[in-house]
Amino acid sequence: MTVHFKQDEPDNSNRLDRMKQGVLGKPLPRIEGLAKVTGTAPYAAEYPIENCTEGVLVTATITRGEVTSIDHESVLTMPGVIAVVDNEKLCTRAAQGTANEAPMQGPKQVCYWGQPIALVVAETFEQARDAAKHLKVDYREEEGAPIDPGAVEPEEQEDETVHQGDLAHAMADAAHSVDVTYTTRGHASAAMEPHAAIAQWDGDKLTVYAALQMLNYNITELADALDMEEENIRLISRFVGGGFGSKLGISEEVVAAALAAKQIGRPVRVVQSRQQVFQTVMRRSETTQRLRLAADENGKLTGFGHEALVSNLPGEDFAEPVLQSSHFLYDGENRELMLKVARIHRMTAGSVRAPGEAVGMPALEGAMDVLAEKAGLDPVELRLRNIPEKDPEEDLPFSSHKLAECLKQGAEAFGWDKGPRKPRQRREGEWWIGTGMASAARVHNIAEAKARVTLKADGTALVETDMTDIGTGTYTILAQIVGEMLGLDPERVLVELGDTRHPRGPGSGGSWGAASIGSAVYVACKAIREELAAKTGTSEEELELREGEAGTGEALTDLLEGEDLAREGHYEPGDIEDDYTASGFGAFFAEVRVNHYTGETRVDRMLGAFGFGRVLNAKTARSQCIGGITWSIGVALTEALEFDPRDGHLVNCDLAEYHVPVHRDVPDLEVVLVEERDGAASPIQAKGIGELGMCGGAAAIANAIYNACGARIYDYPMTPDRVLEAMPE
Amino acid sequence: MADTITVNGTAHPVPEDPRVSLLDFLRHHIGLTGTKKGCDHGQCGACTVIVNGIRINSCLTLAAMHDGDSVTTIEGIGTPDDPSALQRAFLEHDGFQCGYCTPGQICSATAMLEELAADWPSDASESLEGRIAISGEEIRERMSGNLCRCGAYANIVAAIEEVAAGGRS
Repeated sequence: MTVHFKQDEPDNSNRLDRMKQGVLGKPLPRIEGLAKVTGTAPYAAEYPIENCTEGVLVTATITRGEVTSIDHESVLTMPGVIAVVDNEKLCTRAAQGTANEAPMQGPKQVCYWGQPIALVVAETFEQARDAAKHLKVDYREEEGAPIDPGAVEPEEQEDETVHQGDLAHAMADAAHSVDVTYTTRGHASAAMEPHAAIAQWDGDKLTVYAALQMLNYNITELADALDMEEENIRLISRFVGGGFGSKLGISEEVVAAALAAKQIGRPVRVVQSRQQVFQTVMRRSETTQRLRLAADENGKLTGFGHEALVSNLPGEDFAEPVLQSSHFLYDGENRELMLKVARIHRMTAGSVRAPGEAVGMPALEGAMDVLAEKAGLDPVELRLRNIPEKDPEEDLPFSSHKLAECLKQGAEAFGWDKGPRKPRQRREGEWWIGTGMASAARVHNIAEAKARVTLKADGTALVETDMTDIGTGTYTILAQIVGEMLGLDPERVLVELGDTRHPRGPGSGGSWGAASIGSAVYVACKAIREELAAKTGTSEEELELREGEAGTGEALTDLLEGEDLAREGHYEPGDIEDDYTASGFGAFFAEVRVNHYTGETRVDRMLGAFGFGRVLNAKTARSQCIGGITWSIGVALTEALEFDPRDGHLVNCDLAEYHVPVHRDVPDLEVVLVEERDGAASPIQAKGIGELGMCGGAAAIANAIYNACGARIYDYPMTPDRVLEAMPE
Repeated sequence: MADTITVNGTAHPVPEDPRVSLLDFLRHHIGLTGTKKGCDHGQCGACTVIVNGIRINSCLTLAAMHDGDSVTTIEGIGTPDDPSALQRAFLEHDGFQCGYCTPGQICSATAMLEELAADWPSDASESLEGRIAISGEEIRERMSGNLCRCGAYANIVAAIEEVAAGGRS
């Protein structure tokens, strides 16, 4: 039986706080953790499938043009080679998040260097890899493909444009103003598990074990790509080795494995090489951002301008939403916001952890630091003075807003010095030492979700949904929600995820997973509670459940009388999405050392204070926060995709040349979880936390670099060469 | 007698194809998928295993080079029924998120603690001679070959520090 709940009104009843089990929010270890630390959790490529063959993708070595011939015979005589697959249905790009339709198909047309054009299948991986290298391909190259985002006329994303009041006038009249241009380089998700799929056919039924974040969308994308009915497809992603946006949509290996398995009549496994993952999946676009801030003599913003240029391939809808939080973070009645996208022939641009704010916030928060200095204000105080009462563009109330609390609690916990700030006040040997801060903001997303909860006759419970856990803690928080609602130790709750045979959730992405699927589980549990309440002669509201017993003394197992009790919860966000501006907020504080002679920056300590609604598990929520802060360090100091200016190919396409933070780059990190219940965000009063931790953190580091050594830098990442160049004598 | 590689105490024949890496041998030939492939180029550490007591990247060495060697993988370090102290500490400190780099982190840390106990110096050490003082910085330096993109480093170091402190107390 399905129970549908569409949320039109905020739920401020704090129901979950009044339940009796007392497990929600507790820092429980992950329920799937033992499988992960012992290496027994199976990821996509690791299912033992009998008679399985190995496929290796072949990628294009031109930027734009046509594949004129692929010489199958050039490899079919090699040992173990079974087939070359160059079917017209092969996908040449990954699907964008929530695309819900096939990505670009047709491997004959090449749109970027590194695009998949064929798959070679052999008995063993070594044979397939060797043959893929030897496959003879001829091209007709179309010269002159644009690859420099600055060299083409960009398209305006009109739904992002805001002209409000007169910003130029506000800038001219301002007591203090800032007009600066920041740049950020491209980023890669670089999830540790490479994209992988095993496809197996049974007649016209297809099963694919894949590394995917959003099965509900992915099954539609795959069905569309293969021209099949969804009922004939089953996707399984029980464990996903990181996503960060790169596994939102189906990638090339999923379709290639399915087509190849059909063609040869045997299961096929395709694992992209690390270099292929870098080049064929998604990059975060580079950005150029102009920030204009106008303030009166008290530091109150009167004007706010944020204009950004990003890029993508022709035919892609996605444009890095740089301005996303700029629309509502600060006051300023005179506003100019504009986003433009340049069409170029570099690899596909798409979602990488916190699309938009991950690069928009570091630029905005850098500019705010410049303004604070000009206005002679403490940067924390400048932000406190500019928190709007309501959305400054949409005339909407905020669902809940904890920026001020985050700024204050974060400053307190960090030991922020509110005294006058001047660069170069502290030096130890070769090192300048300084501090910096920044605000955090990340829009709250929520989506329709379904999950089945079964209270078993034996007093245990089962949760089933196609929702994924990509390291986010989904397994554990769902067990905690059920435990809290039904009065069970979470150890008695079995959670089955990542299988399209289960009711469909929205998947993991945009930090919407926990609030969405958690609400579906909550709705199902509430319906089960109603049944139990009827059995005990009380109301659902008054029903108390704890440790497998009702408050009236009956054991759940007695109440169930040998029958399982199952309900499918169907949660749908209604008017709450339109009636409020909802966001997670936070504040970052960092202390860095900058070497006077080498320009090297080391982060010595860093703290984040975040308000994101109800905390479902204090341990896994904190882990999401420290993960985000770690990414902030990468954005600030090391991460940059480099493209060859001649053919647009990604040059640093591996983990030796693309520098993600390593152990020694990351100090012990401190996290303050700010108490919040956001009833307009979801019925469980939770918002997302997977991305907030990297939305602005890079600016705290950038501002600390300036405070330490006096180098004001407008280009991320702030590599030693850039620091040295900007360092005063 | 055929050439063999001993993995977690069990002898297996060396594969015929000389191109097979030790990593692919473990994952494809003997079904020990606990060891992960993250980059296949020795850049990420996800494939770290312990060969004759020394941690190595199993993607950077060919199976054929390990005739007679003794390999310990994550499956040999502990099991769900009997996890090692490090495995328990990773669980308690949430030293992982997606879990994909985790077997490599744990294998690496297991051997690293032996290196510390044997006073092998590192870039973070005060001196090349004498006892090595265990510190967060020593651990970070020695674990920097094991990438974690989820960003669990702070928790991983806390887990290792706990076990390291126990070992020396």
